[in-house]
Amino acid sequence: MQEKPRRESDRQREATEVSLRQLGNLIYEQIQNREFPWVMMQSRSTDNIIYDPELRQYILGSRTIRRHARNIRHIRPFTQLVWTAWFAKELVSLRKTSTLREVYYSARGQRDIEFSGQQESDNIITDLEVALNKPREDFGIFPEERSAIFGDLTIEYTVPGYEGRRMNLTDHPDGVMIGPALTSSEFVETSADKVLVIEKGAMFTRLIEENAHERFNALMIHTAGQSPRSTRSIIHRLNSKFKLPVYIFTDGDPWGVHIAMVIVSGSANAAHLRGLATPEAKWIGVWASDIIDYKLPTENLTETDLKRLKELKDDPRYTEEPWQREIDQFLKIEKKAELEAFSRYGLTYIVDEYLPAKLETA
Amino acid sequence: MENSLDACEVQRSPPNIYLRLSEVAASETGSNVYTLRIEDNGTGVPSEEIPRCFGQVFYGSKYELKQARGTFGLGGTITILYGQITTHKPVDVISSTGTEIHEYRMMIDIEHNSPMILEHNVVENKKKWRGTVVELQLEGDYSRIKSRLLEYLKQTAMVSPYADITFVDPSGRLFRYERGTERMPPLPESVKPHPHGIDVENFRRLIAVTNAKNMYDFMVDHFQGVGPTTAERFLKEAKINPKAKPTTLRPEDIVKLVRAAREYNDFKRPDPSCLSPIGEELLETGIRKELDLTDEDFLRVVTRKPSTYLGFPFIVEAAIAHGKSVSRQFKSGTTIIRFANRIPLLFDESSGVVWKVVNRNINWSTYKVSSDTPLAVVVHVCSTKIPYKTVGKEYLADQPEVEREITNAIRTAARFLRVYIARSIRVARERRRLDIFSKYLPKIAEFSAKLSDRDDFPNIEPLLKVVSATIPEVEKKIKEVSTIAGETT
Repeated sequence: MQEKPRRESDRQREATEVSLRQLGNLIYEQIQNREFPWVMMQSRSTDNIIYDPELRQYILGSRTIRRHARNIRHIRPFTQLVWTAWFAKELVSLRKTSTLREVYYSARGQRDIEFSGQQESDNIITDLEVALNKPREDFGIFPEERSAIFGDLTIEYTVPGYEGRRMNLTDHPDGVMIGPALTSSEFVETSADKVLVIEKGAMFTRLIEENAHERFNALMIHTAGQSPRSTRSIIHRLNSKFKLPVYIFTDGDPWGVHIAMVIVSGSANAAHLRGLATPEAKWIGVWASDIIDYKLPTENLTETDLKRLKELKDDPRYTEEPWQREIDQFLKIEKKAELEAFSRYGLTYIVDEYLPAKLETA
Repeated sequence: MENSLDACEVQRSPPNIYLRLSEVAASETGSNVYTLRIEDNGTGVPSEEIPRCFGQVFYGSKYELKQARGTFGLGGTITILYGQITTHKPVDVISSTGTEIHEYRMMIDIEHNSPMILEHNVVENKKKWRGTVVELQLEGDYSRIKSRLLEYLKQTAMVSPYADITFVDPSGRLFRYERGTERMPPLPESVKPHPHGIDVENFRRLIAVTNAKNMYDFMVDHFQGVGPTTAERFLKEAKINPKAKPTTLRPEDIVKLVRAAREYNDFKRPDPSCLSPIGEELLETGIRKELDLTDEDFLRVVTRKPSTYLGFPFIVEAAIAHGKSVSRQFKSGTTIIRFANRIPLLFDESSGVVWKVVNRNINWSTYKVSSDTPLAVVVHVCSTKIPYKTVGKEYLADQPEVEREITNAIRTAARFLRVYIARSIRVARERRRLDIFSKYLPKIAEFSAKLSDRDDFPNIEPLLKVVSATIPEVEKKIKEVSTIAGETT
């Protein structure tokens, strides 16, 4: 067999296997030493989630907790943690992937370990991430796929059966789904000089149809709402590996604003992880000022929208511009507009006028 | 039945009682005619006493007091009378005191309240049988009273654990209440009435039969707690001439005397030796047996010291039973079982003083008892005069002294219950903990082995031992609570 150079993904998989086995060893030996087993991990309680202005993302503070099998309230989640670690090790060593939903169902039939709901199993998976300081994607556990990518990027698969196979992401006109195979692939080369991130599938499709990737020389990513971690991780990789600037287009409402912010600064839920945030990414629309400047058709902000805006205003991630300015503007006009609102000026208006203008000023 | 038990207790031999109810004829109204047969192994009734004993209502008059079962003193005869009125059939009485056997067939001459002997045979008694058999016919509806009757028998067996009771019902079904012990409680002694408890009618009857020449001797001879000095002082206080002949007292003098006796406070306390409580040990045996309690169930019996109300001595006994056996037999919550002089009280529970004590006076949450905790509260009041509330004699009046004693007795038992429940809760919690650990530790062992690529699972036994260490200790403590002997409050 031909000797292949060791890839990044192989090294990563081996490291994951080692740390999972170490966790098993630790617990095994604790029991053999007549000790109730325990693991230390950083606390994920809200008072230990701190915003780090340097990193421009949330991080976990120094407080640690001990998940201890001697504690009657801990022993069930502890057992679930050990089971989940074993399940993850099986995935990694068999080079398979699974979804959060599948993990939840796999524990069914494991009497007493069974998760009472998806929420519980997701939580244990996050515990495992914290305990081993690795994202769940390293364990082969992915969320349901819904976001997609399109543009001139050549990737090389590493998943079993596809190892070494290459593909260009313009090959499929609907875009390529960002799943485990794409996430674990190597990025070989790209001619693009920027990344456009779009919140909505309809607009993503419109941009492909209008050849936006060629006109703007861009890779385009569709987040399908709040972007999954694998998608954020890819944005981060494109930004750090190819130094591509990232521009984010969302609906002009508090929810769109926050979708952009999570790409920039990450979420509190993922405070224990690095490599998901892209602090250099820029949110360039739809701003409240765009609504005024482009005279976009609008809807009124609801009570919930206004409440959310006020929360965002006090959020430590939102201290800079244009965030503060635009939030104030939204609060002032009490209007919101979707990406599709540009259709008022014709289907191609957004590609012909709006995007070039925004990219120009960004 | 009650008379049979009394007769056996007098003889000091554990009673065997056999009851049989068989249907003679069914009627259209739902009321049928039955033959009732009662057999006992008691003292037997002397031949010459039989006609008046069973054929005359209000036979016997009490000038002395002692506790006996009969609520009216005419239970037996009234049954015979009832049978005669409803069926017009004679009663058969067969009895022997150990010598020959006497068989009587008789009816009651209702107009003259006297026995009419229809037949009298004397039979040789080769086996030296002793006891009494009564067989009579009466009208009734067994299906309607069945549950009450069985309840009555069960409760009677509960307070007479030394009795062996057999009942055959009209369908031929056999019900057995086996004795749980050969031991019997001490017999009550006869005592003279206490001046506080005397009423005008009894006073008048005493005067009619007395041999005393003057009021001074009369007081000393016929009352307890009255010595020469007390008699003198009392009569002076009551303004009655000590030298007066008792028969010369006018009715208004008697009323005056009775009233004065109630108000005079320097008599000795009423003598409780005429009372016969069941006793903690026997009552425990009876309740344990009739409620099918196991060693794991809680039972605490309390016999209070004698007390008095209105010149009558009384003793309260109470018991609390709790546990799985109790919840199996009764609806959840508290079940009250009442006795007066060892007679079960089956009716009007919520009008009685025990109900009031259980539901009003006692704050059960103090004793860790919630509304659905399965409890059986047993209360026995014995006295020469039970404070019944109505002529029906089915429930106890709330005499303050009696109410207080019942409350105190239940509270005493409940204090032990509280300890038992607290410890049960603890042991249940420890068990639950152990359950959880024995559920999860093997899984942790299994998956930590698999996770670290090992074939052998680590040994979790030492860890389980640590978790279960406290359980036997707590269980032992629970056992200590339910053993009542020797503990004081």
